[in-house]
Amino acid sequence: MQLSERHEEYWRKNLRITAILLAIWFVATFVVIYFAPQLNNIVILGFPFAFYMGAQGSLIIYVLIIWFYARRMNKLDTEYGVHEGEE
Amino acid sequence: MTALTQSQFFQQLKKYYTFYTGGFIAFVIVLAILEQMGLPAKWVGYIFLAATIALYAGIGIMSKTADVSEYYVAGRRVPAIFNGMATGADWMSAASFIGMAGTLYLAGYDGLAFVLGWTGGYVLVALFLAPYLRKFGQFTIPDFLGARYNGNLPRTIGVIAAIICSFTYVVAQIYGVGIITARLTGLEFQIGVFVGLAGILVCSFLGGMRAVTWTQVAQYIILIIAYMIPVVWLSVSHTGNPVPQVAYGQVLQQVTQLEKDFNNADTTKGAAEASARAAFKAQQESFEAKIAALDEAVAAGTGAAFLEAQRAEAGNPADFPATTDDLKASWKKSADGAKAKTGPVSAHATAFAGKGAEANLLKTNPNATEAEIAAARAEDQEASNIKRRNFIALVLCLMVGTASLPHILMRYYTTPSVREARKSVFWSLLFIFLLYFTAPALAVLVKFEVYNNLVGSSFASLPAWVANWAAVDATLMKIVDINMDGIVQLAEITLGGDLIVLATPEIAGLPYVVSGMVAAGGLAAALSTADGLLLTIANALSHDVYYKMIDPKASTVRRLAISKGLLLVVALFAAYTASLKPGDILFLVGAAFSLAASAFFPALVLGVFWKRANYTGAVVGMLAGLGVCMYYMYITYPFFGGVAANQWFSIAPIAAGVFGMPVGFLGIIIGSLVTKAPSAEIQQLVDHVRYPSLEGDIRTQAA
Repeated sequence: MQLSERHEEYWRKNLRITAILLAIWFVATFVVIYFAPQLNNIVILGFPFAFYMGAQGSLIIYVLIIWFYARRMNKLDTEYGVHEGEE
Repeated sequence: MTALTQSQFFQQLKKYYTFYTGGFIAFVIVLAILEQMGLPAKWVGYIFLAATIALYAGIGIMSKTADVSEYYVAGRRVPAIFNGMATGADWMSAASFIGMAGTLYLAGYDGLAFVLGWTGGYVLVALFLAPYLRKFGQFTIPDFLGARYNGNLPRTIGVIAAIICSFTYVVAQIYGVGIITARLTGLEFQIGVFVGLAGILVCSFLGGMRAVTWTQVAQYIILIIAYMIPVVWLSVSHTGNPVPQVAYGQVLQQVTQLEKDFNNADTTKGAAEASARAAFKAQQESFEAKIAALDEAVAAGTGAAFLEAQRAEAGNPADFPATTDDLKASWKKSADGAKAKTGPVSAHATAFAGKGAEANLLKTNPNATEAEIAAARAEDQEASNIKRRNFIALVLCLMVGTASLPHILMRYYTTPSVREARKSVFWSLLFIFLLYFTAPALAVLVKFEVYNNLVGSSFASLPAWVANWAAVDATLMKIVDINMDGIVQLAEITLGGDLIVLATPEIAGLPYVVSGMVAAGGLAAALSTADGLLLTIANALSHDVYYKMIDPKASTVRRLAISKGLLLVVALFAAYTASLKPGDILFLVGAAFSLAASAFFPALVLGVFWKRANYTGAVVGMLAGLGVCMYYMYITYPFFGGVAANQWFSIAPIAAGVFGMPVGFLGIIIGSLVTKAPSAEIQQLVDHVRYPSLEGDIRTQAA
């Protein structure tokens, strides 16, 4: 079938959300690792910061990214009328 | 049950599993009471083993099915949260359950690569794969490759890659099952392997994905309870705080302070450590002198006489090395073992420590010149950079590998809808996260126990858990008073990583029944992962090879019969391989991630996000990615005769995927651009997977 303008817009929005979340994932993972020796000089609640991120912080961010993506996309589906029927 | 609506089904599941969780807890309590009344520890082990395997078998029998869709994808009605638990159990293997905390104990920050890699990969699953694969909705991952790239060749490459990575992985799981069964019951390792195998087969054989799913949910519940209880208890008894993940920040600071004391010879503890290290240094040198003497004798042609003299001197033990080469290897091992004990304690939270060249230089030569210091500093910096590069490469490979392993991706075919698939990734990671953010806490709490209580205690009155484990298994706990002062120093303790999780109940002062529960949790972790992997391999062979390529007209009965037969063959072959105790299983597991990342990820992601990707591109990209990855392992990994000197940018072979993956992407892009765009039908298929629902849509979902 031919995709409408709305469909194209849905996909563009999806790509944008994906790109933004991927950027957050990248910073929370690789930028933090790259600067780990420097970041470890900051201490929060007894944890050196980079250690904290590796052991907890980045993991929490991953969970939130996925939670947000599921929520946002499930809403976007309805907005653009591409959601599935009730099961 | 088919008459139920999805929400009734969900309510029913909730009821069943709540009841089940209560039952499990009651079972543990009853066993604890029996233990108090004098039931021997060995029986507690037997009862745990028999009860949990009987339980899994029971679920397997209750879920037996002859329906293709039930067999391959559990009827596609697994609610998001339950699929999340099943994925969690599928994902967390014996290595996560037993090995992870140990790795963190031994490696500190540098061990966090596994924690990050094995969780962050789910972001990629959520953003790039799960919803799209669910919309496509067939049975296996090669299915998608075959349809999207329109041909049997991409499907075949997918099948081969799926089998390579799943098989290496499943051998490691069955190996783990054998070890845990042996530990739990005292049976022999080989027998343990086959007992565990029975537990795996009875479930997947009868009910395929449906039985595996509901068993995995049950296994997740056991494994998470078994992991949490001892850690929470340890945290309460050591810090007074029942949330170990919060409490260990303070403990980590105390550990850091103790590390400083150990490395400072001006403190009492530091002086004692220095004396123990000096004793190990002397031991190392004595072995090196012996090796030099041996080499000299061999060069002079008197090697055999030298060997005999040494044998006589040792009192003719039966296990004395038979050749001069063996003797040399054994001495070399002793010298290296002693050498490992001569260095300072590494700091737990420090990232990418250098090799200490500067500190060493200043110690041996206090009058070193500026130029010498600068050179040592540069050496440290270089060592630190290499560590960081490897850490990043490993994290990337583990993440992308997570998002490419077929047994995980396959789970997202089982949800009722795209919506549920998205939510299900969230639940998956949440359930995995519970264990993964506890492991670093456990590592630090045990480290504190060792540094603070064990070190400095007297050899005459060692804590009970240390004495017990040292007596049971010297590879896990070895302790020698090398400087003969009667007091334990850190350098005198040799810990095996697996000890951390296994010994936690005893360290926390819990009864044996909890140790039995922890072993049952480890068993659940290994069995659940093995189930998922075996099913992936059998399905790739029966569905992709037999049904799709050899006999597309095969009847349902025949397809299922073939699938079950193959499952049996693959399982027996994997168990046989595991019973041979192949070396270096950890490397094999790591290799599976690199291979999956190189072979699958580019083709899957570009298949959804780039319409232009075509048949030629996929074939070129997958083969090139897989090829580069395997070639790199071949030239750098000692097992295949490779040498470290061949490494590119000093990247270890376990992270070979970091080269394979970009080559895979490049291969697909170039291969696609030089050939013509895929047909209109294929482009329509891509639109189809991109939108959860389209008017006038084509249909790809299989039954």
